[in-house]
Amino acid sequence: MTDAEVIVIGSGPAGLGAATELARHGQRVTVLEREAEAGGIPRHCGHYPFGMREFRRLLRGPDYAARLRDAAVAAGVTIRTRTSVTALLPGGQIEVTDDTGPATLSARAVLLATGVRETSRAARLIGGEKPGGVMSTGALQGLVYLNGQRPFRRPVILGSELVAFSALLTCRHAGIRPLAMIEPAARITARSPAAWLARLMGVPVRLETDIAAIHGRTRVEGVTLVTGGRRVEMPTDGVIVSGGFRPDAALLRGSHLEVDPASGGPVIDRWGRLSDPAYFAAGNLLRGVETAGWCWSEGRRTARAILAALAGELPATGGGRLVLSHPALRLAVPQILGPAGGACPHDRLQVRLDVPAKGRLCLVRDGRTIAAARLDGLPERRLSLPLPADPGAGALSLTIEERA
Amino acid sequence: MQNRDPAEVPGGYDVAVIGAGVVGCALARAFTLAGAKVVVLEKAVDVLDGASKANSAILHTGFDAPEGSLELACIREGYALYHEVRDRLGLPLVRAGAMVLAWTEEEVAGLPALMEQAMANGVTDIHPVSGAEARALEPELSARVLAGFRVPGEHLVDPWSAAHGYLLQALANGAVLLRQAEVLGGRRSGGEWQLATTAGTVTAGLVINAAGLWGDEVDRRVTGESWFTIKPRKGQFVVYDKTAAALAGHILLPVPTKITKGIVVCRTAFGNLLVGPTAEEQEDREHAAVDRDTLQALMRRGTEILPALAGHEVTAVYAGLRPGTEEKHYRIRADLAPGYICVGGIRSTGLSAALGIAAHVLRLAGRGERPLSDPVWPRMPNISVDGTRDWQCPGHGGILCHCELVTRREVEAALSGPMPAGSLAGLKRRTRVTMGRCQGFYCSAELARLTEGRLTQPMLEPRHD
Repeated sequence: MTDAEVIVIGSGPAGLGAATELARHGQRVTVLEREAEAGGIPRHCGHYPFGMREFRRLLRGPDYAARLRDAAVAAGVTIRTRTSVTALLPGGQIEVTDDTGPATLSARAVLLATGVRETSRAARLIGGEKPGGVMSTGALQGLVYLNGQRPFRRPVILGSELVAFSALLTCRHAGIRPLAMIEPAARITARSPAAWLARLMGVPVRLETDIAAIHGRTRVEGVTLVTGGRRVEMPTDGVIVSGGFRPDAALLRGSHLEVDPASGGPVIDRWGRLSDPAYFAAGNLLRGVETAGWCWSEGRRTARAILAALAGELPATGGGRLVLSHPALRLAVPQILGPAGGACPHDRLQVRLDVPAKGRLCLVRDGRTIAAARLDGLPERRLSLPLPADPGAGALSLTIEERA
Repeated sequence: MQNRDPAEVPGGYDVAVIGAGVVGCALARAFTLAGAKVVVLEKAVDVLDGASKANSAILHTGFDAPEGSLELACIREGYALYHEVRDRLGLPLVRAGAMVLAWTEEEVAGLPALMEQAMANGVTDIHPVSGAEARALEPELSARVLAGFRVPGEHLVDPWSAAHGYLLQALANGAVLLRQAEVLGGRRSGGEWQLATTAGTVTAGLVINAAGLWGDEVDRRVTGESWFTIKPRKGQFVVYDKTAAALAGHILLPVPTKITKGIVVCRTAFGNLLVGPTAEEQEDREHAAVDRDTLQALMRRGTEILPALAGHEVTAVYAGLRPGTEEKHYRIRADLAPGYICVGGIRSTGLSAALGIAAHVLRLAGRGERPLSDPVWPRMPNISVDGTRDWQCPGHGGILCHCELVTRREVEAALSGPMPAGSLAGLKRRTRVTMGRCQGFYCSAELARLTEGRLTQPMLEPRHD
């Protein structure tokens, strides 16, 4: 007797989207959430826009998260909060702990939907001291939207991905007036509507600039900025270290499941299946950050693949292993490309770049291009390539034919 | 907070220990257990806030300490005493063993002298290994390793729980800790010291200066002059993700130079992998900054030793200051002034030697107190990989810090009791909260709620609106 037909780890949009879909199809589903409340990252994004794809309404993050929870519970999903998974074991057995102590649970299928986190200040090797007042956007949003706190008045924001503009909105909500946005690259990473927001709020954007050091013993007192070898001291009382999303794959890395060094997430096939076919994955754990709506949709589609698996209708695992053959390519998901089927959630290859690139994105087998798409992309931007129904057997490589 | 008016103590204290670093904590324990009424004066909001806040967390055997030195004697005695007390105080020990590795012919040529020194220092269980044997023991080691020798007795410890445990035992047996009590000056009359501090006047028969990075300054403030000068030496470290800990079982030591033990690669008691420290002279005693170029150089060095390290994420970086002086040995003296002992220049071996230093100073003091016949032995909660963690036991209230599996019950315990955390840094040292991969991405908000109004130095500025 299993503890549930399906266990979903993580209750963000992907996890709740999948759980709801599975329950609506009559499955016994348990969602495990380590936080005190289900809903994932949207819980602390107190701004618009969420929910267009899922509910055809414009919602703030917390309202959107509440709707996802309500929908899951209405469909019959069991949500266990303050329950942490501590190990993934072969065949769909997992170890958990909650206030009652450790336990082992089992299910016919386990969906990993543990999401992403931002790259920490430490992992970026930013120099200086370690005063209070240096935090990720996620931490800032928790303090502002969940606690009603204001950790600083005039911080600088490092990064210009979409989340940096989410940080701007969070600041505005809390009456915090950022001094500047700092971006090491030559252009803003997010698309232009977001970039106008900085101008609208009167926050100067300093491109080709990096934070070399953070100063202050107990509280941030200033930062050293570097622009083209020139160092400038800027007094400030906080640093928001934004973006650089990476899969929260700690469980995966400690397990028997195969990890893709390129994405930092699991190796999956077109059904979202991992190297142990009792495990599936969906959402930002796969590739770094996407929108909530994208993750929700990916969760729902992966739920249908799980339904097919439980009905014994999925083909055996296997297929060509994709190799990245161009230095500008950071990651591509799924990594194993077998033939497609009816409930296949991944009909496109999701691609991310390390550096800007232009040309043609080409999927190549035996020296022959079997799928291609125009490419004009920047790092962190959404890129994809429609996949052929049957890529065929043999080694597959993804490359970029560059255009001058 | 247990800060009470020191004037409440009739007749004053027998001993005032200045500085609650690892040495001060061990001194407080030793004198308390010897029957003395002890007060510990710490200028910061929490203990272990100076040199003791950053170290490499290795329990050294003393195999490479200067022959015949006081430092060697203190390390040897401290090492033995740690083994003696650790079970009763609940202090962890990860039996890793070390390998000293030579990477150049010149370093190979230096190995015999090092092994002779180890034997002379009483560390006799060492044995040489060839490059191939080293790699058989540590398969992830670079093929460039030429030779080395094993030192089985070098182990990993929790860098803070030992000191916390020493001080907690002192407090449990009657000692008093005063925080935010910076010593401003001293005057001796009638066989007693009157110490002026920012927390009031403290009277004590014996004053012990364990002020670490401020040892020379405290000498001057209390006795009017100092006999040494602190020369801070900074060490930067890189901490890799827990996924990297499987790359090395042994503590991997270089062949030391005259100046430094060199860059070590080892696991930590918390299951990470550490590379460091550097040795950089600086004037500043307060600020220990990391810089990207140095951190990258450390990462390159780590990858030269363990090539597979290149694929692993960095979890944390930090820098600490060693209280070196103008000379290369401990600066312990009892003849500077009556009833005054200076315990200075405990440069980089304080964690290993602390209990030995305390025993030595107790003998120096030669006082006639009657040892406690049945002292209390408080047990430290285990937060290392050496033993059961709180999340494995019922009633923990759920996990608060997901990366380090820190429970709400652990955080609550660290915020209360006889020595509650005074700052987020102090809470981190007691529980490891926010010290994992995400560095507070997930748990900062809840931690801020849980600690609000309970830390002397709050996580956030108090609300103004």
